[in-house]
Amino acid sequence: MTGRTVRIGGGAGFSGDRIEPALDLLARGDLDYLAFECLAERTIGLAQAARRRADGAGFDPLLDERMRAALPLAHPRGVKIVTNMGAANTPAAVRRVTEIAQDLGLAGYRTAAVVGDDVLEAVLAGDFPLLDREGSSRDLGSSVVAANAYLGAEGIVEALQGGADAVITGRVCDPALFLGPLIHEFGWAADDWERLGQGTLVGHLLECAGQLCGGYFADPGVKDVPDLARLGFPYADVGPDGTVEFGKLSDAGGRLDAATCKEQLLYEILDPGAYLQADVIADFRHVRIDETGPDRVRVSGGTGRARPETLKVSISYDDGYAGEGQISYAGPGAMARGELALDVVRDRLRLTGAAVTDLRFELIGVNAVDRRGRPAEGEPTEVRARVVGRAATHAAAERIGAEVEALYTNGPFGGGGVTRSVRGVLAVASTLIDRALVTPRVHFEVA
Amino acid sequence: MILRDIAHVRTGDKGDISQIAVFAYRADDYPRLLAAVTPERVASHLGRLPSRAITRYELPGLCAVNLILEGALLGGVTRSLALDAHGKTLGAQLLDLPISPG
Repeated sequence: MTGRTVRIGGGAGFSGDRIEPALDLLARGDLDYLAFECLAERTIGLAQAARRRADGAGFDPLLDERMRAALPLAHPRGVKIVTNMGAANTPAAVRRVTEIAQDLGLAGYRTAAVVGDDVLEAVLAGDFPLLDREGSSRDLGSSVVAANAYLGAEGIVEALQGGADAVITGRVCDPALFLGPLIHEFGWAADDWERLGQGTLVGHLLECAGQLCGGYFADPGVKDVPDLARLGFPYADVGPDGTVEFGKLSDAGGRLDAATCKEQLLYEILDPGAYLQADVIADFRHVRIDETGPDRVRVSGGTGRARPETLKVSISYDDGYAGEGQISYAGPGAMARGELALDVVRDRLRLTGAAVTDLRFELIGVNAVDRRGRPAEGEPTEVRARVVGRAATHAAAERIGAEVEALYTNGPFGGGGVTRSVRGVLAVASTLIDRALVTPRVHFEVA
Repeated sequence: MILRDIAHVRTGDKGDISQIAVFAYRADDYPRLLAAVTPERVASHLGRLPSRAITRYELPGLCAVNLILEGALLGGVTRSLALDAHGKTLGAQLLDLPISPG
């Protein structure tokens, strides 16, 4: 590796991820940057809904806990933090981080907000064809609650150039959380597609945190992973030309090797030759992965070509309610009693005229997640009957769980452990928007 | 023999698409993997998966294929009523796909 390297860590792979591995990296990892990726496809819609109900601030629910723990470690070491924990209310998240910094006595702590991903007005004003199904945004009508464009690294770079200690965003492309610091450090041009493609590769490998270090990998006796309860999070040492090696703290749990990197390389990638990002169309077809030491892997060969003229937009919309009920059976004949239970609930919902659709009748342990074409062999020793469906109203959705619960005294013998639930469904549809309609903006607050 | 004897998998999701990457442990086994893990055989093995279309990308440098199963997730994780809305368990179900002995 030639020239100065920058070390950047992956501090979270989803909103509810473990916090200690990130703190461990901050304390002992000699990091320059730590990025927390906390905003899954639907999380921003949930945050938007919480903000509308005014029972939540609209930013990540773990923002306080993460930042109160991370800032006292990061600030004295000069580690800058980048995160999309702003969710649906980045300005409020930045105010909260500034308050936390004040509480912690970190005078002068400078937090940047990257906003501009909220494109609800533009989406409501126009009509946009949906990507993964028929129809257009207008078909969703008044059920639309949020529309957020996937921004690139531009705002993050501007924030770091403005001296931010922490950068908080809403919706950005996940790899941009990592690409932003690299562009800032190395001055990569906005049309240096090869570097931007390789930098996107770095971000893609880090964005799921523990998954690069053996999380979501173990298969006992086939693919063993040591000490998953103490799974370490990864970091990357990146050079000015995009050369990169990945590592983890040697005494943390997990493993980081060619196999874990290969799996993460293709994770949630569709066409490996065209990974569409706001900053570049990345190309991972010719990536090489070489183990260079224990828990140490060099990854090379990421490249890219000119960025798309459109940005992806997630449209969150209310999609009614899902009602569900479950009940278990065990012992000889368990499966037949489970099937009888499903039949009874099916008949009851029909006889009572319940206003429910898209019903699913499944036996957990037999066919609830198993999609293989051939029938299961042998009789399971226990099954759990599951009925789920949609309804337009909460009351109608309750009917499903109620009929499952009534099996206690009206159904087959030996049914136990009923659970029932109703949840509001906040669905996400995707579309594309002209990037000219989206303007990232940055502002700062200082503790 | 089954696929698990020569390969490992990782499953992801994007909207209503399930994505399953399959990796041969050894380069020598990659031709057998290519012969065994075809869209047709995957569709037949996962016979109760409501997939509209399956596309396969080959990555010889990684001894891998990337399978894209469109329409496989009952509307995608945000609206699916499936117990495993992400389809995280699907790749593992591919591991008992029969393969020809070396």
